[in-house]
Amino acid sequence: MISLTINGLNVEVEPGDTILQAAEKLGIRIPTFCYEPELSQVGACRMCVVEVEKARTLVASCCTPATEGMVVQTDTERVFEARRANLSLLLASHPLDCLTCEKTGSCKLQDYCYDYGISESDFKGERLEHALDDTNPFFVRDMNKCILCGLCVRKCDEINGAAAIEFMNRGFDSKVTTFFDDPLEESTCVFCGMCVDSCPVGALTPKESMRGGRSWQLSSVKTVCPYCGTGCGLELFVRDNQVVGVKGDKESPANNGHTCVKGHFGTGFLKHPDRLKNPLVRKNGELVESSWEDALRLVASKLKEFKPSEIAGLASARATNEENYLFQKLLRTLGTNHIDHCARL
Amino acid sequence: MTNSIGEVENSQLMFVIGSNTTETHPVISYRMRRAKKKGATLIVADPRRIELAEYADVFLQLLPGTNEALLNGMLHVIIEEGLVDKEFIQERTEGFAAVAETVKKYTPEYVETITGVAADDLRQAARLYGEAESAAIFYTMGITQHTKGTNNVLAVANLAMATGNLGKPSSGVNPLRGQNNVQGACDMGGLPNVITGYQKVGDSATMEKFEKSWSTKLNPEPGLTVPEIFSAVLQGEIKALYIMGENPAISDADLVQVHAALDKVDFLVVQDLFLTETACRADVVFPAAAFAEKDGTFVNTERRVQRVRKAIDPPGEAKPDWLILNELAAELGLNWKYDQAEDIFNEITRLTPSYAGISYPRLDREGGLQWPCPSPDHPGTRYLHQGQFTKGKGSFVPVEYRPSAESVDEDYPLLLTTGRNLYNYHTGTMTRHCDCIAEYKTEELIQVNYADAQDLGIEDGDLVTVSSRRGTIEARVHVADIVPRGVIFMTFHFIEAAVNMLTGHALDPVSKTPELKVTAVRLAKKA
Repeated sequence: MISLTINGLNVEVEPGDTILQAAEKLGIRIPTFCYEPELSQVGACRMCVVEVEKARTLVASCCTPATEGMVVQTDTERVFEARRANLSLLLASHPLDCLTCEKTGSCKLQDYCYDYGISESDFKGERLEHALDDTNPFFVRDMNKCILCGLCVRKCDEINGAAAIEFMNRGFDSKVTTFFDDPLEESTCVFCGMCVDSCPVGALTPKESMRGGRSWQLSSVKTVCPYCGTGCGLELFVRDNQVVGVKGDKESPANNGHTCVKGHFGTGFLKHPDRLKNPLVRKNGELVESSWEDALRLVASKLKEFKPSEIAGLASARATNEENYLFQKLLRTLGTNHIDHCARL
Repeated sequence: MTNSIGEVENSQLMFVIGSNTTETHPVISYRMRRAKKKGATLIVADPRRIELAEYADVFLQLLPGTNEALLNGMLHVIIEEGLVDKEFIQERTEGFAAVAETVKKYTPEYVETITGVAADDLRQAARLYGEAESAAIFYTMGITQHTKGTNNVLAVANLAMATGNLGKPSSGVNPLRGQNNVQGACDMGGLPNVITGYQKVGDSATMEKFEKSWSTKLNPEPGLTVPEIFSAVLQGEIKALYIMGENPAISDADLVQVHAALDKVDFLVVQDLFLTETACRADVVFPAAAFAEKDGTFVNTERRVQRVRKAIDPPGEAKPDWLILNELAAELGLNWKYDQAEDIFNEITRLTPSYAGISYPRLDREGGLQWPCPSPDHPGTRYLHQGQFTKGKGSFVPVEYRPSAESVDEDYPLLLTTGRNLYNYHTGTMTRHCDCIAEYKTEELIQVNYADAQDLGIEDGDLVTVSSRRGTIEARVHVADIVPRGVIFMTFHFIEAAVNMLTGHALDPVSKTPELKVTAVRLAKKA
């Protein structure tokens, strides 16, 4: 174990752990844009800088390993000013349309500007003028809001493996884009939506979530994806009885928060106008709406007309365990074992 | 899966056969790609040059319907080169000698004549698999949807057991289950021959236990499987059909027969989210709640039981399936007492030894539990068959290659194989009602090899007819090299190009799985 001091408090960490991880252990909050524990650490955003005794400059705590006897300060004037300058630079070409920006309330840039008392940039200069990219049906890319943290680039490469996006150009002209700057649809992108989930600002917005509600207006419910058998944990965001957003559940052992296109963007069917809302009963050859009472009574009386061996049922690989259990219990109680489902499809 | 999803990333060797993982199980494929980056070896066997083939150390592009020959060939090389795990075979298995005898004739050169896979490639794959310290096999319907699906699975098991690749982390046999709760539907006894936890129908102790718990007399004769049910309808033996959350009018093999059965059956009840192609034919349709509108549990491919939680109310008067069944039971005069999904789950765990230790509070607390989980203090089971097989000794079963039910001839010169794409799911009841997905993937595109397209005078995007011995459908083509010459691929997502109008009703004799992966067809440019 390695022993160090942060803000006068002693802490022990494993060899290889970073200053940031040591601070987390002490419950000391350090701001970050480009840091996610499951990704490689690049120290790009410089928001996590801290002062280390005898170090020549401030160091990025996310990618500096803790060493024995290290003495760290996270809240000195020097650290504060450095982070403030950083934010001011990021804000110099960042649109201040927070009133209508989808990210308001869950935007790290907004949160840190609040923390560091910045309402506008100290710098005046050229502003980014990227065209809005909304050619794909899943999410909008507003590269004017991108702060170049690179989380999306690393997520796409290191977690998905698609490696559809990279940095293009240098300096002020840098932007995240596809090979040859083609639309995402023409790249290796598979619209898993993990870049959207990792974006700390409003550069990537799911189309179905737009105008869906501010983060503080939404409730969230953890459940399991309705598609393939991986059983990914999903977090559904709800407002006014509608699912307005989906994220992978980071606590789920099946997927660790990762998603594919169906899990991330495949809940629109819930609110489709063609959903069945009433029981239907066939009368004179046509299916017509019926009350539950009449429909249930009809089914019960018809089932009693047949011999058990003449009744069969198909359970469902999409229904819950509880529902499948009751389904087979009902049929077996009626005396038939002709129960199966689409397990072979 | 005998292993867990979390173990995939630490694999030393992955052998993926008959699984287009990047499209059918995307999140698991992310783990495979990470394992590959960390230095794992990847062997891919598939009739199509799927995306995983691009990362593979060895890619075996076998002809559709030749899996067991390929697997026997690999075992032949492994035995010949002394790469078997003698200790494992000796201590934990039985019947190896007969299998060794059977695979003797499956030399790589002989196997090449069946599979089209170069003998040296097969040798290389066999050596890599045989030499790996731990190796995991992954498969899906490319192995099972054949008239010899059961044999294919046995051949997979033979290979794993001969090399001792079972019962260890990142080392096992891993069928990737295709639907969110197909594992659960099987676990719950949604099958004709078993009740919950695979307790056999007809076994006297099982019958007695359930008869007592359910206060009823049970039928000890196993019932019919899906394809058999539709045949029985056509023969007038089954007259009432109750379908909960399935759409066989698109999903099942040989739709000509399925449609005839759905039209013929005297009384059809369907419970679903939408008025599906199956529901359209019903006498009574019950509107069901979707996953986000109810409580319950799903079981994933790694046997993990997980909580499904209600986020919103169902639309209109729609109700969760369990509540509909509960109300129907009351109407039938049954004395069921379930106020919530948890009451049902508690009954399941009481009657099912492999679920006995699972409860809603534990699932909430521990984020899901993998069965077997026999007691409240059991942590669940990450990987199966550690130290000993569930049944005791693992049985080797010899498997001989035999041709698929259908083969090409002059009239039907191409082989059609079917599956899914990334963006859609089964019959599209859910995905095709999601605006963004529906906008992105609008229609079926038949994958046709360049050479075949040239021979037929077809270009990318052309509208064509595809005919089998049972029917004809229309769709546009995507000319590409993902399929080899002589093979075409279609998904079953689109009713407008319902591929199951073409597929046949030949079944595996044991599992009763239809041969969806091999159909002889003819392609022609639409005049």
